[in-house]
Order: sequence, then structure tokens, then C-alpha cells
Amino acid sequence: MPNFFTDNEDLLFHFDNLNIEESVAIIEDNYREVQEYPYAPTDYQDAIENYRLILGIIGDIAANVVAPRAADVDAEGSTLKDGKVTYAEGTREAFSQLAQADLMGFTLPRKYGGLNFPVTIYAMAVEMISRADASLMNLFGLQDIGLTIYKYGSDEQRAEFLPKLANGECTGAMVLTEPDAGSDLQAIMLQAYQDDKGDWRLRGVKRFITNGCGDILLVLARSESGTKDARGLSLFACYGDDSVKVRRIENKLGIHGSPTCELQFNDTPAQLIGKRKFGLIKYVMNLMNGARLGVSAQSLGISQAAYEEALKYARDREQFGRRIYDIPVVSNMLIDMRVALESNRSLLYSTARWVDLRERLEEQISRLKAEGKAANELNARLKEATRITALLTPITKYLLSESANRICYDSLQIHGGTGYMKEFDIERLARDARITNIYEGTSQLQIVAATGGVINDVLVTYFEKKEEYVYKGVLTKLADHLKEIRQIFLESLKYVIDKQDKYFQDVAAKELVELYSFIYTGYLLLDEAEIESRKVFIANRYIVSALARATSHADAIKNEHFSDLLHADEILI
Amino acid sequence: MSYNSIVLVKQVPDTANLSGEVMREDGTMNRGKLPAIFNPEDKVALEVALQVKDRYGGKVKVISMGPPKASDVLRECLYMGADETFLVSDRKFAGADTQATSYVICKAIRKVGDYDLVFAGRQAIDGDTAQVGPQTAEKLGIPQITYAEEIVDLQDSRITVKRRIDGGHEVLESPLPVLITVIKSAATPRPFKAKRAMAMKNARSLPELDRITEANSLLNIEDLKEEYASNNLYIPTYMVDDLDVDPDRCGLAGSPTKVHKVEYVVLEGGEHENFEPTKKGIGDLVDKLVHDHIFG
Repeated sequence: MPNFFTDNEDLLFHFDNLNIEESVAIIEDNYREVQEYPYAPTDYQDAIENYRLILGIIGDIAANVVAPRAADVDAEGSTLKDGKVTYAEGTREAFSQLAQADLMGFTLPRKYGGLNFPVTIYAMAVEMISRADASLMNLFGLQDIGLTIYKYGSDEQRAEFLPKLANGECTGAMVLTEPDAGSDLQAIMLQAYQDDKGDWRLRGVKRFITNGCGDILLVLARSESGTKDARGLSLFACYGDDSVKVRRIENKLGIHGSPTCELQFNDTPAQLIGKRKFGLIKYVMNLMNGARLGVSAQSLGISQAAYEEALKYARDREQFGRRIYDIPVVSNMLIDMRVALESNRSLLYSTARWVDLRERLEEQISRLKAEGKAANELNARLKEATRITALLTPITKYLLSESANRICYDSLQIHGGTGYMKEFDIERLARDARITNIYEGTSQLQIVAATGGVINDVLVTYFEKKEEYVYKGVLTKLADHLKEIRQIFLESLKYVIDKQDKYFQDVAAKELVELYSFIYTGYLLLDEAEIESRKVFIANRYIVSALARATSHADAIKNEHFSDLLHADEILI
Repeated sequence: MSYNSIVLVKQVPDTANLSGEVMREDGTMNRGKLPAIFNPEDKVALEVALQVKDRYGGKVKVISMGPPKASDVLRECLYMGADETFLVSDRKFAGADTQATSYVICKAIRKVGDYDLVFAGRQAIDGDTAQVGPQTAEKLGIPQITYAEEIVDLQDSRITVKRRIDGGHEVLESPLPVLITVIKSAATPRPFKAKRAMAMKNARSLPELDRITEANSLLNIEDLKEEYASNNLYIPTYMVDDLDVDPDRCGLAGSPTKVHKVEYVVLEGGEHENFEPTKKGIGDLVDKLVHDHIFG
């Protein structure tokens, strides 16, 4: 029987090198829960065995239930009739299996029916589900909604909403976007007001809501009438009851299994989550970061599927009397795809580990505070982890979603005319991939989000430590390349800063962010190459081509490729 | 009214997903490369039993006869929701044909006892005999319904079952206890439940505990058995001495079926014949297929 966990050697490599002992110890509060829950781990090793077992179960469901239904789900799509949304049959069956297997409360505490798993393991699960059917990720991967209620809601709200999400009785939706508030969420207009009894109600329209037909909705709404910016927005939870009308579902390019809804709220009763006015600036930002990691994992899952399709096709297809796999141009493309896939995976799970550490340090600090103990050292580490995750999360989302499109593009190219036809999976994968660099913040916005961290050189200490470390043998040359890339980065950065031109900086940010990511990912791959010799090939191609690209990026900045922006009106006729 | 079920399951080689490494060039099989899985129709049988439990209450117990490795499928039964599992394993049971197998399983069922329903898959994908279920019912002296597709009704001590027959189906009623073998369309097996899997992952059968004690001389098998049992993690194991069996009727000794000869077949592309894509060509192709007994 195929299994998307055990058949994926690279995923297993990352699983075997997790090194999340500190995070797991905190999340398990020193392995105390086993007395209350027989499925809680007794120690780190036991926790790892649990993760392995559950990822195996998801790998089984993904390969044998989800993947075989993906093409039908794509063809059937979701439908809207008499105001009611119906998922494709395959989506219903797959979701029901995931819910029956207790997998819908992945990161929620056991108290609320969850598994209490780290974010890193959740990202692995999302990768496998997305490899099987990217559109199902939008149901499976909406678990951050529960986590947001857990983090910012009251005890009553947790008890009300979380068990229903964890057991799969309810699905959720993040209800943010409006017709005139897409990338710019500050412009949200949906009105939240208090009725005669002082209870909150919602009125207005939301658009492009993934799974907007869900049962539990997290809605960003304007609670402070008369305001126009982010500080007038609060976060609300409500049920998708009769007062929430699904006006239409979108007819989309890809992810057909996931209904994208336009919603009309007609004085819908709602509960305020957390504090007023903190909706966008705190809660949604946190929610979005979780969702961005989810989309990164989704992108990686699609990339894995697209790569495999290409490899399989290239090995089967014969032209000119040989397998096209043996034609150097094709095998070179395949190697590029494989190197992108593996370096993407390294970046994703590294970022996920940082997110875990950040979440856990926060958890530990609040635990210490409750006991009246000092947490100075932890506070400093939390601050660092927060800065690093704020940098790595958008970088990861940007690179992995763009890369998924590129891998699908090349995979389709290897298929030739066949890939353009509906009969082969790559046609669907290429369509599904196209949303990943748009939703949860476009690539351009991810760059904006990462720019601050890059300009402030947030990873400077880490890079300096890496430069001191002596990589041996063939890795020495590659380590030198990385030092060279870092010099190129620092010079380019200085050039941009010295110029003191905001417009120039905005445009050059893409090159700067990519330069920074070359160094970070390069070191991840070097470290992996020390553990496993096959990884030397991956590190080598990645770093050698990164050096070439770094030079060209630096040229683009220093030669001011973008100076013609001032003449945009003359060029764009 | 609640109903107790016993489900018979078998671990089998995964004959549906043969990788290139499984068949050697001389046509022999490389068993080491063949993954072992839960026999698909037995998994359906467990699902049907669990559905009876969900609806009417009662216990679901599972029996598997096989080598120590068969403990894998018993753990999977626990992950799906079985209340208890039993391993029937002894070198003396090895090499059993369907008669010797059903003899031992019948004794194991009697030992586990207290059942209203016995479920099994129609057949295992390795032997494809479909005989163990029926023979077990005969030896237990209870009625049997084979090829079951649906439990139509279950009331008091009578069950109504729809079974598949050539060209249609028939509906049978039977008193309890009864042995039922199910086909694949009877149910879709539920997934392993994450929480049960984590709680039961360390469940071990006697030969597995034996191996632990062999690796560590400080451990004593009786203590270990007790420790696992107290944590609900012991899979009770029946060996030849635990069952009321005549050793001569078990295993190879008790099996009248003897393997006369094994022939290794090397599958390879041979000669081919071309047919024109015309009406006549297609007619010729069909004639040829009928003549070679591939059709009809």
C-alpha cells in the first residue's frame, strides 16, 4: 500500500533530524499529561514515536483515500444550490476519514479534544495532504482558526468552539477579505455593532472566503464606527447559521474542491474574541502567520506531486529511441526541480521549528509568570525568536509558493503536449499551484513583510557563527561561496540604504530578500550535507547557482535596473 | 440488545502492490521485499463488526493466527477500535492448510468464548481459498452466511443478511450465533484513530515480549507480561498448550493438502501479432482471443 509519509525519503530525513526536544518538553509541560490521557507521551522519544505513528496514518489516508479522489474532486468541484454549499463527494469522504481519525485538532490541547502536536509536525501533515489534493488542504489546513480561539478567546469560548472543531463536527473559515479590502485589510467595512442587550452582531459583505460555508467563522469587522484604519477592527467568532447567506461561490482556475464564498451577514449574533481594536493588529496578524506557514506546506506538497509526475513521465516516455529522462536537457531540468524541492523542504521545516520555539517560549513565559517566577532569559530568547519567525515566515511563503509554480511549469513542460491535457495530473497541479503565491498575502506583500528583517540583518549573529564554523572536505568550497554571497548581500544592502530612496528600496527589496534567503537556505543545506552524503549534491547545485544569481541580483541593484520606474507613464502605453 | 462479535483476521503479503524487486528474474519470490498487510476483506469484516458495536453495543474481539509478526495487524485492529485482540501463534501451527487452520481457529474461538457473531473476510489475498470461514463455522457447529454485503436486520437472536450471488443477491435469515464472511463492498474500513493508536502502540504479544527479554537478561517474561497486562497492553497469545487441541491435527501434520510442485513462471513479452485497425482486423482479433480462451 502506498504511503505519502513512508515513501518520501526526504520528508523522513527531516523527520529523523527534527531536534525539537526543547519545544516538545514545553508543549508537553514536562510530560505530565500521560496520567490523564493514555495517548500523551511519556518522554521525548515517546513523543517522536507518536508523531511518526500519526504521520504514517495521515500518509496512508493521503495516498489511499485522498489522492485517488483528487481528479474527481477537481472535475466535480463544490456546488451552491438554494443557498447551501455541497462539497464534491471525494472531499466529503476524505474529510470524514480525517475527522474519524481524530486529525482535525492537530495542534489544540488535549483538554479540547486535540492532539497537542507541534506546528512542525502539523506542517508535515499539511504537506502530505496537499500532495494528495491541494484543495483538501483548505479544509484540513484551517486548523489555525481553532488555535486563534485558543490563544485569544475566553475559557468559555474555548470550551464552546474547540471540541467541535477538533472532532470534525464543525469546519471553520477565516473571514477577512471584502470587495474593497483584499491585500489592504485596514479598509475592512463589515460592521460589528452591539444590539439593545449589548450583544455583538455583524452586518455586511465578505468576499473570496475559503470555506465560507463553514460552521464556525472567525470574522474581522469594524467595531469602532467612524474609524477608518486597523485600530477600529476587532475579531469575532460566530456560527454560519441562517443569518449568514452564501450569495455565490466563485468559479475558479484551481483548488476546485475548496468552495470560495461570498457571504452576506444579516445581523448575525457574534462573540468578541479577545480585546476590542486588537483584531487586525494582533490576532489576525498571528492567524495569518500560521496560515502562511500552511500555504507554504501546501506549496511544498504540490511541488512534490508535480516533481514525481515529471520524473515518472520522463522515465516512461521514449522519444528518439531512448527515455527522455536520458536526454541531458530533461535530466538537468529534473535535477533543478529536485534541488528546489529539497531546499524548499529544508527552509519550511527550519521555519516551522522557529515558529514552534517562539510559540513554546511564549507558553513557558506565561507559565512562569503564573507561578510568579522570573523569565528574563526566556524573554530575550522570545524576542529573538519573534524577530526571526517574522522574517522567515514571509520568506518561506514567498519562495515556496513561487517555486511550486515553477516546478509545476517545468513538470508540465517535460510532459510536452500530454501535460496540457486533462488526463494527466500535472494539468490540475499547475492550476492548483497558481493560488499559493496569491492568497494569504501575495508574493509582493511577503517581500514587504520580510524587508524590515532583511534590512536590519536579523540573522547576523547566526551567519557570523556559521562563518566561523569549519566545514570540511568538499563543503569548504561551498561554505566559501556562502561567505561570498553574504559579502555581495552586505554591499548591496549598503548601496540601497545609502541611497535613501524609499521607492528604490521597495523595488530592490525583492533582490535583497532573495539574497538573504540564499545564505540562510545555503547553510541549512550545508548542515544537512554533513549528516548525509547524498545531500552534498543538493547543497552543491543550490549554492553554486545561488552564487551566480547573487551576482546578477547585485548587478540589478547597483546598476539601477529600476531607475526607469520614473518613466513608467512613458513606457506603459 | 447488544451483540458480541469475534473477527478473524490475517496478515498477508501485499499482492496488489508488487514492486519490481519482489519477483526475481528466475520467477521466484523475494519474500523479504514483500510488505505484509492487513488482508483487505478482513479489515472490512472488522469494520462491519465495529458498526454492529456502534449501533447495538457489545464487544468486538479479534483473533489472528500466524507468525509473531501478525501482531502488527492486531495492533491495527486496536487502532480501529477493537476491544481485545488475541494472537494464535506456535511453530506447531505452521504450514497449516485450511482444514488445520480452521481446526485451531475453532478452538481459539471457543476459548475466547461469549460471542453472537463471528465475522471474517470472504478470502485472503494470498491463498484465495475462501474456505477457512466456512470450515470454521462447520467445526463450531453454527450456521454460516458467506459473501455477505449488508446486514439488513438484527433483532433479538435473529439476523437478516443480504449476500451476493452470481447475477444478483439473496437475503437470508439466520439464528445467532452465526459466522458471516463479508465481501469488499460490505463497508469502507474506518481509518486508524490517532488517539487510540498512540495509546495502544506499545501493545505486545507474547512472542514479541519474548524477544524483548531475549535482548535483556535482566527482564523476566512473567513480570513483563504482567506489566504490559496491567497497562492494558498485553495481546493474549495462545500456543498449542493453551488450546484444547490435538497436535496431530495442527500445522503441517494436520494438513491433508500437500504442495506437489511449485512452478516458477517468468513473465516476459513474447511474440506479437499485428491486427489492422479496420472492422475486419478487429473481428480477427476477437476471433483470436476467443480461440485462445482469453475471451468467452
